[in-house]
Amino acid sequence: MALLEVNNLEVHYGGIAAVKGISFSVEAGEIVCLIGANGAGKTSTLKALARLLPIKGDIRYGGESLDKLPSHALVSRGLALVPEGRGVFARLSVAENLDMGAYHRSDNGIAADLQRMYELLPRLKEREGQLAGTLSGGEQQMLAIGRALMGRPKLLLLDEPSMGLAPLMVQKIFDVIRDVAAQGVTILLVEQNARLALDVCSRGYVMESGRITIADSATALAADPRVRAAYLGE
Amino acid sequence: METFIQQLFNGLTVGSIYALVALGYTMVYGILGLINFAHGDVVMIGAMVALSVTRPLVGVLPGPLVLLIGLVVAAVTCMLLGFTIERVAYRPLRKAPRLAPLITAIGISIVLQQLAMIIWGRGYHPVPTLLPGGMHDLLGAQINDLQLLIIATAAVTMVALMLLVNRTRLGRAMRATAENPEIAALMGVNINRVISATFVIGSALAALAGVMVSSHYGIAHYSMGFMLGLKAFTAAVLGGIGNLGGAMLGGILLGVIEALGAGYIGDLTGGVFGSNYQDVFAFIVLIVVLVFRPSGLMGERVSERA
Repeated sequence: MALLEVNNLEVHYGGIAAVKGISFSVEAGEIVCLIGANGAGKTSTLKALARLLPIKGDIRYGGESLDKLPSHALVSRGLALVPEGRGVFARLSVAENLDMGAYHRSDNGIAADLQRMYELLPRLKEREGQLAGTLSGGEQQMLAIGRALMGRPKLLLLDEPSMGLAPLMVQKIFDVIRDVAAQGVTILLVEQNARLALDVCSRGYVMESGRITIADSATALAADPRVRAAYLGE
Repeated sequence: METFIQQLFNGLTVGSIYALVALGYTMVYGILGLINFAHGDVVMIGAMVALSVTRPLVGVLPGPLVLLIGLVVAAVTCMLLGFTIERVAYRPLRKAPRLAPLITAIGISIVLQQLAMIIWGRGYHPVPTLLPGGMHDLLGAQINDLQLLIIATAAVTMVALMLLVNRTRLGRAMRATAENPEIAALMGVNINRVISATFVIGSALAALAGVMVSSHYGIAHYSMGFMLGLKAFTAAVLGGIGNLGGAMLGGILLGVIEALGAGYIGDLTGGVFGSNYQDVFAFIVLIVVLVFRPSGLMGERVSERA
């Protein structure tokens, strides 16, 4: 059984349908990407998975329906979202942001995880006491990912981690994503930058105006003429 | 000089009370963006409940103990009240346009006042003196025990609140929720619980302030919360609403400015205006500060770089 199974998911904003009945799944250990243009419904899909939007349809995570669960019950089940625009707490320090990631935990491995996080993301260690709002965009993205990892997620939902970042920083962020995946975290990645996404993913879905139009392996998608024309700029 | 020291201490006393009430406004505003206009009336309920509890005990038990009992009962009552107000009046409107909860807050304020009028009547109630009325001579000014106790208790309470907000898990969750409730929820924070906690803590501070203010002036009245609430709200805006340190600074500043203003206005205007014009100073200061610093004295926000 897949770790995440989505069936006929619909998201509406008032009368406007942003997601029009999509179905997809993510197996444990996979990196799956959701690519598509602006307004295709990718972010709405992730927000729906994090229970931040009212939905129709069925989302099963680890066999359990998310129907009755509030947002704040997800992280303790291992489902974490790194939202679009990072969403770090600007007025909390870097260390406090990371602590917030472990908010639901009561085990005594938090301090050790914090050390691991600083090893993975040394830039954050240097800026430990600084307010997160004073970090650069790339550092904030690192912090947002680090914060999510502090919750020991099984499934990490990443929304546009490359957005607004310089190419060098994007490279670093994707290196971190590979690291995280190598440690066994399942990842569902939403990206506009299809080239980057298909590079790290094993499988992908293409979304267009609220529907999934193509589903295939990353290599097949990268070779697909429709994808090449629309998303890889060739 | 004696007038100055005397008024400074009077101002500090009243200012400490304003600060405690202002904290309640600012905490709720910080988390919900809501101006809880009923907060001043929670202060009044605190004063009234404490009065009802203490009156029959006067002479039966030692004064300070009676005061403590009154305070504890008032605090518990106000905490329950604050919790209930949020649950019943504000939570259903969490997603409504901002004007709706604001008007509801005014409605709750009226309800509380009318309720108090029904229970305690329209009269002014004298508040028994529960502390030995020792006077201390301080640099020529007369300070009584109650004033010292008010200032000290307020100071300790505020330090404790700062520690709670800045050093504890609940405090971190409160700050995170204030900044972004959706993201805080993704971290596993139960937003509703944090908001309830905020109301409960603010209401406990209100009860404390209610007991202080009624003991200080020796009088309690069903509409005493209105002006006090308005002043405390002014203090919160003065300091930068949403900012805890700002509420404290704003409250104390407001109290001191008012007291000094009241102390000197007679001399300055050759007796044309008396100390009954003291309220004017608070609002003049507010206007001046807002003209030059619209976000209040400490209302500076960390820039959010993208």
